Amino acid sequence: MIRRVGLALGLFFLWAPILLLVAYAFSADRIPFQWGGFSLRWFAALAANQRLVEAAFLSLRVAAGAATLAVVLGGTVGWALARFGPFRGRALFGALAGAPLVLPEVVTGLSLLLLFVALQAGLGWPGERGALTVWLAHATLGMAYVAVVVQARLAEQGRTLEEAAADLGARPFTVFRTVILPLIAPALLAGWLLAFTLSLDDVVIASFVSGPAGTTLPMYLFSQIRMGLTPEVNALGAVILVVAGTSLALIGWILARTARRMG
Amino acid sequence: MRRFLLLAPAWLWLLAFVAAPVGILMAIALAEPGMGVPPFVPPLAWDAEGPRWQGTLLSFRILAEDRYYLEAFLRSLKVAFLSAGICLVLAYPMALGIQRARPAWRTPLLLLVLLPFWAGFLLRMGAWIGLLRDEGWINGVLHALGLVEAPLPMLYSDLALYLGMAHSYLPFAVLPLYAALSRLDPVLEAAAADLGARPFTVFRTVTLPLSLPGAAAGFLLVFIPAAGEFVIPELLGPPEAQLIGRVLWGEFFQNRDWPLASALAVALLAALILPIRLFQRLEARR
Repeated sequence: MIRRVGLALGLFFLWAPILLLVAYAFSADRIPFQWGGFSLRWFAALAANQRLVEAAFLSLRVAAGAATLAVVLGGTVGWALARFGPFRGRALFGALAGAPLVLPEVVTGLSLLLLFVALQAGLGWPGERGALTVWLAHATLGMAYVAVVVQARLAEQGRTLEEAAADLGARPFTVFRTVILPLIAPALLAGWLLAFTLSLDDVVIASFVSGPAGTTLPMYLFSQIRMGLTPEVNALGAVILVVAGTSLALIGWILARTARRMG
Repeated sequence: MRRFLLLAPAWLWLLAFVAAPVGILMAIALAEPGMGVPPFVPPLAWDAEGPRWQGTLLSFRILAEDRYYLEAFLRSLKVAFLSAGICLVLAYPMALGIQRARPAWRTPLLLLVLLPFWAGFLLRMGAWIGLLRDEGWINGVLHALGLVEAPLPMLYSDLALYLGMAHSYLPFAVLPLYAALSRLDPVLEAAAADLGARPFTVFRTVTLPLSLPGAAAGFLLVFIPAAGEFVIPELLGPPEAQLIGRVLWGEFFQNRDWPLASALAVALLAALILPIRLFQRLEARR
């Protein structure tokens, strides 16, 4: 009984603000969270807001790029930590790979900015802070999360399949391509999504490492919310929730189907 | 050899973008603030006679001597501790409820806990501002019901701060707790019940102790990021209560004192080393 009530209360606490945010996106009133009759005017205002649309597209590009790089690097790291045994420097490798998970955002952001400034002074690269530096920073953050997900997946899977393939004469690369890659594919997909979301949600690290040319969507939203809430924020919340909900449902459906097919 | 080549990109990346930044951070913390671009004098200079040390402990001395920074540190640790405690108290019945639900319900319920992540962190904070401020939704409802004459000031208070913290970090606490509870062997609880223990005794003597590692992981998973949190106190919290994340942000962006901001970051890392090590030990034991 207590459990049910506790679960219901917790879910209510998590969802009530979000549902209210979405509901009032359809209100005509200029003041957010005031009902002024049904209207779609704030969605139109959203689409007409040039700066917001630009920031959103920049964020989507950076997030997709960072997540992709994070999957390649983090996949290698997770695989190495799960399967390579005690290689040289493993302790340092593991500590570095896990560090972005536990460093406070302000520390990660500041230290990466100082790195970019030092690189700029020493090598002349990266020339200008903006999309490129945010991409590098977010890829580093996402890589750590992908590594954890992939390592966990390989650890729970055991080595029997790989050993069987090797015993049957498959060379290491063939084992990787035909056994390991399909095994960790769901983890890679989950890791990509996680890295993508982290990038789309980050305001602190991006604020530190970006420059005047690279205002991401969270940076834009943060300055807007700090200056004063507008109903456009509600409309954006509604759009994001619908997009995220459908894509997650789609991905869940694909994963469930592949799981069934693989038996 | 082949393995080394395979790992070379990952090694390079980790050294360049994880190890080097922390090293540079520590070096800049020892630099003297300056007027140039970037606004500091490098702690190590090269001239005709080779490297020359020109660093200073000035920033750390400021941190140690000015009570403003010490108070911000203590307040941050207190806020992180209370936030993690609140999340744990809210998360425990939720994790238990999900784990005891019918199997077909577990994944959808877990998704309901996780999905708010995808609704966007800043939008959720925007929602709380819209609910809590003087002309906001809650005050509107209270006024319409005739419960209050003047709006209750709720935004920019400790209440708003902890609501925002709990709302952002609650899923972090639910996940490890749920994982610990679902690894727990149900035979143990059944045995205790068979031997005559009442439900609450079973919970107190079997379920609770066995879920403690999960609870500790959940607590730390909230505590560590909450200690350096910037956005939530900035948007919802009381403006006069300075927390370390905001102080660091201010020293960097407003005062342009990069060495002092770096020293604050180093001090924050030092304060978090113990909880971080504890968390990693818990994770490794799993």
